[in-house]
Amino acid sequence: MSETLSTIIEILQDLHEDVDFESETKLIDNKILDSFDIVTLISELSNEFDITIPADKIIPENFNSAQALANMVEELEDE
Amino acid sequence: MLFTDSIFIIGLTLLCIVYFLIPKRFRWMLLLAGSIGFYAYSGPLNLIYMAVTALSTFLITLRIEKMAASAKDTVTAHKSEWSRDEKKAFKEKAKKKRFRWLVLCLVLNFGMLAVVKYGAFTLHNINSVIGWFGGSKRLPVRRFLLPMGMSFYLFQTMGYAIDVYREKYPAEKNFARLGLFVSFFPQLIQGPISRYDDLAKGLYAGNGYDPKRVTLGVQRILWGYFKKVALADRVMPAVTALISNTDQHQGMYVLMGILYYTLRIYADFTGGIDITIGIGQVLGIPITENFNRPFFSKNITEYWRRWHITLGTWFKDYLFYPISVCQPMLKLSKWSREKLGKNVGKYLPVYVSTVAVWFVTGLWHGAAWNFIVWGLMNAVVILISERLTPLYGRFHKKFAWSNTRAYDGFMALRTTFLMGLLRMFDCYLNVPLTFKMFGTMFYKWNPQILWDGSLMKLGLSKPDYLVLGVGVLLLFTASMLGRRGSVRERLWEKSRFLSCCLTVALLLIVVVFGAYGIGYDSSQFIYNQF
Repeated sequence: MSETLSTIIEILQDLHEDVDFESETKLIDNKILDSFDIVTLISELSNEFDITIPADKIIPENFNSAQALANMVEELEDE
Repeated sequence: MLFTDSIFIIGLTLLCIVYFLIPKRFRWMLLLAGSIGFYAYSGPLNLIYMAVTALSTFLITLRIEKMAASAKDTVTAHKSEWSRDEKKAFKEKAKKKRFRWLVLCLVLNFGMLAVVKYGAFTLHNINSVIGWFGGSKRLPVRRFLLPMGMSFYLFQTMGYAIDVYREKYPAEKNFARLGLFVSFFPQLIQGPISRYDDLAKGLYAGNGYDPKRVTLGVQRILWGYFKKVALADRVMPAVTALISNTDQHQGMYVLMGILYYTLRIYADFTGGIDITIGIGQVLGIPITENFNRPFFSKNITEYWRRWHITLGTWFKDYLFYPISVCQPMLKLSKWSREKLGKNVGKYLPVYVSTVAVWFVTGLWHGAAWNFIVWGLMNAVVILISERLTPLYGRFHKKFAWSNTRAYDGFMALRTTFLMGLLRMFDCYLNVPLTFKMFGTMFYKWNPQILWDGSLMKLGLSKPDYLVLGVGVLLLFTASMLGRRGSVRERLWEKSRFLSCCLTVALLLIVVVFGAYGIGYDSSQFIYNQF
């Protein structure tokens, strides 16, 4: 597991401790994360990785799993 | 023009017949002509506002798309010469230029709405402030007539412009086709606020006649008419009586008013949307659902995910998220983390954005303080509910009975009542009066009105109450049955004959139980005024 992914899982666990974020792949589709969680998460990711997540990146494909989030973060770090 | 006007019903029937008779490629043009005719009937001048919106959006989105393509070509052309930082800087600069065009589109269009809808309200408030400071001069206040459905088609079109800027889909190259997306007539009364990628395909497909689809569509239209004319219009006199004589109608009357108004707004708004979606279904144009059994919600957050869904998602995607993740907000978050602690910094953006979005949601509903207060009260309840979430979690873990269906039912009733309470601002249209009437529920003890015949003096007779009671029972039953999918669809699959019987039965119910009578004039849809 990459360092980015494990940090993201830690942040997610802080939001919902009862969810298995390592295996869950439908965080948005199954309504596990709501809009409040998403904004809190963005604030945490921006702070942790020193990135800017623009509004057009807030789509289900980028937030449905911890791995998708990690991919997005790494992509934004590379830009 | 209303859905309930005979000219609309005749026009719609003719349009549907011609739609299926003409070649596929001309069908969207017929819809455009019908939409323009429908809108012109509401006031020819209104077409000018709509034309400005359609034309400005058409030209600006094409420009944005062209700029994006040109920027990509430039990057590709300099792929080997430019460093990563140079490419990044160029992309950012190009995006900023596109953003300026988007801002122009938004300012122009929302500016029109601001002047027409909020101009008088703003000037009136400025005059009040001048008065408070002892000034004698007043700014001249000019009121404009709000073009029908402007808040709906404008939001829909601006959503399209933002999506093109975000490169979610390509811009429409044909002005007339975009014009149809902006003006599609069933949505002009009270929405829903559709997304281009959801609606456009159906609009231009020109789907042919399909007996199943047409039957189910007609049933949905009739169900909508039933809600509107048999329930919403029928309960209307009682709502009017209660709000027009507030000195007499206090205490228990206020509680009854909440129930009447809740029924009225639900039947009115969902009924209108049923008619809209039903028309779409007849024509083979899928229209986004705007409700998902909202009165079964366990809390207010869930309620707002199920009531006026398209407005909620519009605000979420185009206002809530952009505000929450904008640079000033992230700076505020960072600052509060350092100064006020990690927890405050973590939640501050979401709380500030929630209040801002609900302020705008209130304003969207009307240029008046009662709507603004209504919006802010929603924000307060949602934020309190959010803060109490861990407590609820512990409560449900500790008490097993709180996880039963009965307790779910209690939570749904509680949410419905709470929403009804908040709607008092919308009902009484006056903030101090709303608080006063709310207060009378606690000190004006008059439960006898429930049985001494007082409720019969509100413009509703025993047969009216009977129709309303049976109607509510029907709504509840339909909602319960609808949990396992479309009732109409299941009935069609089971028996075509029974499905036809349902159509006839619905038609009879609308004709027999509609609140007609001498001098009948169906009231305007509530959301049409927003």
